[in-house]
Amino acid sequence: MFKLLATIKKDMLILLRDKVGIALIFIMPIVLVIVVTSIQNSTFQLVDKNKLSVIVCNTDTGKESTALISSLDKLGMFKVVLMDPAKADIANEMNDTDAMLGIIIPPNFSAQVIAQSKNMAGKAMNSFGLQGDTLKKAASIPPLTLYYNPVLQESMQLSVKGAVQSALQMVESRETLRRLYFAINDKQLSPALENEMMNNRAAINSIPLSKNGSRKTPNATQHNVPAWTIFAMFFVVMSLSGSVVREKISGSFIRLKTLPTNFVVALLSKQVTYMIVTILQATVIFSIGIWVFPYINLPALNLPTDLTAVIITTLICGWCAVSYSICVGVFAKTQEQANAFGAISIVIMAAIGGLMVPSFAMQGIFKTITGFSPMHWCLEAYYSLFLQAGKLSDVRNNLALLLIITVLLQFITYLGLKRKNLI
Amino acid sequence: MALNDQLAIDVSGMAFRYAGNEHDSFSDFNLQITRGKRFGLLGPNGAGKTTLMSLLTGLLKADKGSIRLLGHDVSHKNNNVNKLFGFVPQDLSFYNELSPVENLAFFGAWAGLNKNEISERTDELLTILGLQDVRNKEVQKFSGGMKRRINLAIGVIHRPQVLFLDEPTVGVDVHTRNAILDYLLTLNKTGTTLIYTSHQLTEAEDLCEQIAVLDKGKLVVQGETDALLKDHKNEDLETFFLNVTGKEYRD
Repeated sequence: MFKLLATIKKDMLILLRDKVGIALIFIMPIVLVIVVTSIQNSTFQLVDKNKLSVIVCNTDTGKESTALISSLDKLGMFKVVLMDPAKADIANEMNDTDAMLGIIIPPNFSAQVIAQSKNMAGKAMNSFGLQGDTLKKAASIPPLTLYYNPVLQESMQLSVKGAVQSALQMVESRETLRRLYFAINDKQLSPALENEMMNNRAAINSIPLSKNGSRKTPNATQHNVPAWTIFAMFFVVMSLSGSVVREKISGSFIRLKTLPTNFVVALLSKQVTYMIVTILQATVIFSIGIWVFPYINLPALNLPTDLTAVIITTLICGWCAVSYSICVGVFAKTQEQANAFGAISIVIMAAIGGLMVPSFAMQGIFKTITGFSPMHWCLEAYYSLFLQAGKLSDVRNNLALLLIITVLLQFITYLGLKRKNLI
Repeated sequence: MALNDQLAIDVSGMAFRYAGNEHDSFSDFNLQITRGKRFGLLGPNGAGKTTLMSLLTGLLKADKGSIRLLGHDVSHKNNNVNKLFGFVPQDLSFYNELSPVENLAFFGAWAGLNKNEISERTDELLTILGLQDVRNKEVQKFSGGMKRRINLAIGVIHRPQVLFLDEPTVGVDVHTRNAILDYLLTLNKTGTTLIYTSHQLTEAEDLCEQIAVLDKGKLVVQGETDALLKDHKNEDLETFFLNVTGKEYRD
């Protein structure tokens, strides 16, 4: 035990005196988590809170087009900006502003909506056995033209189309209802009844998925803080793998081999030292999420209720990151190799592990290989705890897989040390 | 005392080849070094001195034959064998980020000393080697000579019975060299066997009672330093060395 403590002290002192290393493993990930969360928070707000700007060029002069514009506005999704129809080009208008969408309402839109509604009401009357006016060949309503900024994702375009369609449907249905009511009752439909009939729809309650029934809505902080904490933990590869290589190059490993102590003590010490580092990283980043984020206009991090599960997940994740870093250090021949391979490999692992693009959005082979990244299993466990209020029992499979990967990394490290005659 | 009990090193019929090499580095190699001696292992570059030292300390494993250190087979490496010898490598093998005290505390623990023994030995060694004033300063700011002295202190912290020294004075000034050699002589007087390699032949002549000249993995000559010089009618070790190994490049 004395040997292990002496070795941990040695590793701690070396780490603490490596100011650049400390900066790399603490400051860089903190900057990263703040920057990425801020950027993603803006995107979340763009979609969730900020309305999409839509320029409407109304070339129609009737009241139905006005009703359509009002319906679009009431959807709550769009910030409607009316454009002077005399202006030449809606595309130029969109380019000159930050509008993502443009809608042109064609001339005769109102007249055609009214004609179509009248026809539909007449058909309905006829089907009731009453006399109704129908057109032999009713002209269809001229199409609206929708312009969109190509940066809008396909799913967003589809929801915009759906929303415009819904507004259009409202206008047509209202007019048809009015016509039908008038034909039956020979008097105008009262606004109160009209509103009651038009708005009498089943409500949709949307609830974020949660394992404990909580109603907290996931936000950029809940997504990014756990994800980039994992990245930070694996970032120790920059310091730890370099430290292993330095010892190999300096001959310290060889000297240690001539001393009456098992080399396992050296590896155990590095694991303990750097696991303390990973736990500190997680503590610092979570603390920033909880206490600093609100001061920089970011949502505060909500810790999961099962804190034991968070601690166990962090410990296993840290152990895996440390094991990976030692493995890289054992196989790298120079510090440059360790740094370059370490940095690139963790970025790749982060990408395939779902830290940058959600793994559910991955297709084909990437869907399969995401499981090979230890970061994926860390992330799944953290997301289950942070986003779905899961418990330890909910993440045990993820943690088991993470442990298997960790043991495998330790075994590869052992083989590497054996092959290089270091143990 | 039986002959074997008097030997610090006993190499018998040893063979070794590096993986991937076509030729043996050593084949049917024999070497005996008596306890308490100051033994110089000399040879041109590439002669196999460092390989032999790695084999003697168990860092490399012989393919054939036996290597015994104070009667223990070094191929069956265990902590008991490692406690018996100290190793001062040619490379400065310690932690530049640490102070002399911190380095000695770490290597002392690995050498099996307890806290009090480490503290006692650290004070003793730093005083002897003139490093007391800088005991708590980071080694990376030290001169080459100071670093060499720390390299030596680490090798002897656990009072080894046999001390392997691979060019312990390379790149140091005359003062540091004298200090190191004086300390080695003092150590030898207390019974420590010194096994020393160097290209500093004048230094080897002053320090070593016995020498062996190694060339291409073979022992060219071995014996008492004075007797060898006398027998070969050479005035100094350098002339003797050139006569037995030739003048062409070897590495």
